[in-house]
Amino acid sequence: MIKWVDVYKAFGEKKVLDGFTLDVHEGEAVVIIGYSGAGKSVAIKHVVGLLEPDRGTVEVDDNDVPTLPRKELYELRAHIGYVFQFAALFDSMTIGDNVAMGLRKRGEMSESDIAHRVAEALELVDLPDVQHQYPAELSGGMRKRVGIARAVALRPKYILYDEPTTGLDPVTSAVIDELMIRMREKLGVTSVVITHDMRSAYRVGSRIAMLYDGRVRQVGTVEEIQHTKDPIVRQFIEGRATLEGDAASLAAPGPAFESGATARGGGAE
Amino acid sequence: MNVIEATGRWVRFRVEEAGRAGRFLEEAALAFGSVRSWLPNATLQMRRLGVDSLPIGLLIAVFTGIVLALLASYSFTGAVPLYFVGTLVEKTITLELAPVLTGLALAGRVGANIAAELGTMRVTEQVDALETLAYDPDSYLVVPRVVAGTIMFPLIVGVAMIVGLGAGWLASIGLLHLSSDEFLKGARMFFSTFDVEYGLVKAGSFGFAVTLIGCYKGLRARGGAEGVGNAATQAVVYSAVMILVLDAFWAMTWLHGRS
Ligand SMILES: Nc1ncnc2c1ncn2[C@@H]1O[C@H](COP(=O)(O)OP(=O)(O)O)[C@@H](O)[C@H]1O
Ligand SMILES: [Mg+2]
Repeated sequence: MIKWVDVYKAFGEKKVLDGFTLDVHEGEAVVIIGYSGAGKSVAIKHVVGLLEPDRGTVEVDDNDVPTLPRKELYELRAHIGYVFQFAALFDSMTIGDNVAMGLRKRGEMSESDIAHRVAEALELVDLPDVQHQYPAELSGGMRKRVGIARAVALRPKYILYDEPTTGLDPVTSAVIDELMIRMREKLGVTSVVITHDMRSAYRVGSRIAMLYDGRVRQVGTVEEIQHTKDPIVRQFIEGRATLEGDAASLAAPGPAFESGATARGGGAE
Repeated sequence: MNVIEATGRWVRFRVEEAGRAGRFLEEAALAFGSVRSWLPNATLQMRRLGVDSLPIGLLIAVFTGIVLALLASYSFTGAVPLYFVGTLVEKTITLELAPVLTGLALAGRVGANIAAELGTMRVTEQVDALETLAYDPDSYLVVPRVVAGTIMFPLIVGVAMIVGLGAGWLASIGLLHLSSDEFLKGARMFFSTFDVEYGLVKAGSFGFAVTLIGCYKGLRARGGAEGVGNAATQAVVYSAVMILVLDAFWAMTWLHGRS
């Protein structure tokens, strides 16, 4: 279980999280939605101790992450896969080595088992033939999928996906959605998924939480969110330019959310 | 009022920076304990650092050797026997010029390189990615580089001493018409193994400082390409100043009072 309790986080004068509270139970996939810059990435970085809260607690399996001694923090991290928003691949290493990094650190598997697992992970993200290439040789979307493979290869208990499908074409997005669903249903992985893509959110999420103004504006099942009465949540999931205005595009909500971010000042505030 | 406020802020900033640097040192020292986690990378870094630095070290050594020989002969003009050219070249190269000039050149080459590399890794979240894969950036990134610097700087400087002396010797024969025997007589006359020891220990301390400062500045880089550029520049400036400070430190604490 991952648990944020009343988390505050500011960078200098800028308040990012302002009483953020959310639970993620075993086997769930909680989707976090929210405008660009709302603090979604900041929220999940707390889970692996990349950031420390100014106030409040972040717990994973009853471990209080910020106060965890170094050694135990690293042990905890070994059970959490993290997919970075911009992939964050090690550019001095081949794709194969990138994916193998976490496994090598664990030191439990032989090199041939690792090679096998790496190939399998790359297969899962539909990139079987890139092992010997370097990150710079791949497109942005391919790099992103390698980032997912790197997290998946560890077979972690939790995976945190930071915008796994942003910038991917619709078909590849669907492949990634399928992968995330499979990870949860077949392997029982508990996940947190940050996304702007409502179609993906509905497909992947068991619950959806909207981060707004530093805290959770609403959290509920897909059904509950789809029928929400909250005007701000409605505006976001329907991709309207203004709070009252017509939906910009009901048929294809995905891309419309890019403009949602710029419309923020107009309606939401 | 404003001046006081500004001074206060400056002091606080410096104190905080010192605290951060202290914590950084402490963590790097802790990471040094787990040899297995940094050793493989250290050998890689040593190779890289050596290959990167040797040409520049040799270049400096050759020119310094020649210039020193000419300088000595100019200064001595008859009053002092010419074989003292050998003495002067040997003393200045081993005690001062090989370590300091090479150190300053490598502060630019190696310090900037490390700061830019780690800075890029920091701003593209590769350092965060390492941490999530349960690697400790201190033992994975910092310690191997610092160990490599502390070992390789003296090696490079040692080669520079030999080459510099050789260049001075050749210049004396070729340009000053000194005989080989005379030059070597001068060079041997006041030679002491302490000279070499002193130069090499100094070089080790420079290597330690340059790589540590490069790592510190790199890992603290913020905000894209500009942040990485700033980190690299600062690494070079701080390293160069640190080399001069250390040079004076060794002269005052170790050289001074020996004679
Ligand atoms: N390490 C940091 N230092 C300073 N500001 C940060 C840092 N990380 C994030 N921020 C700021 O926090 C805010 C939220 O960022 P983020 O969580 O990345 O947003 P998003 O919801 O799009 O993922 C942004 O304004 C960002 O500039
Ligand atoms: Mg983000």
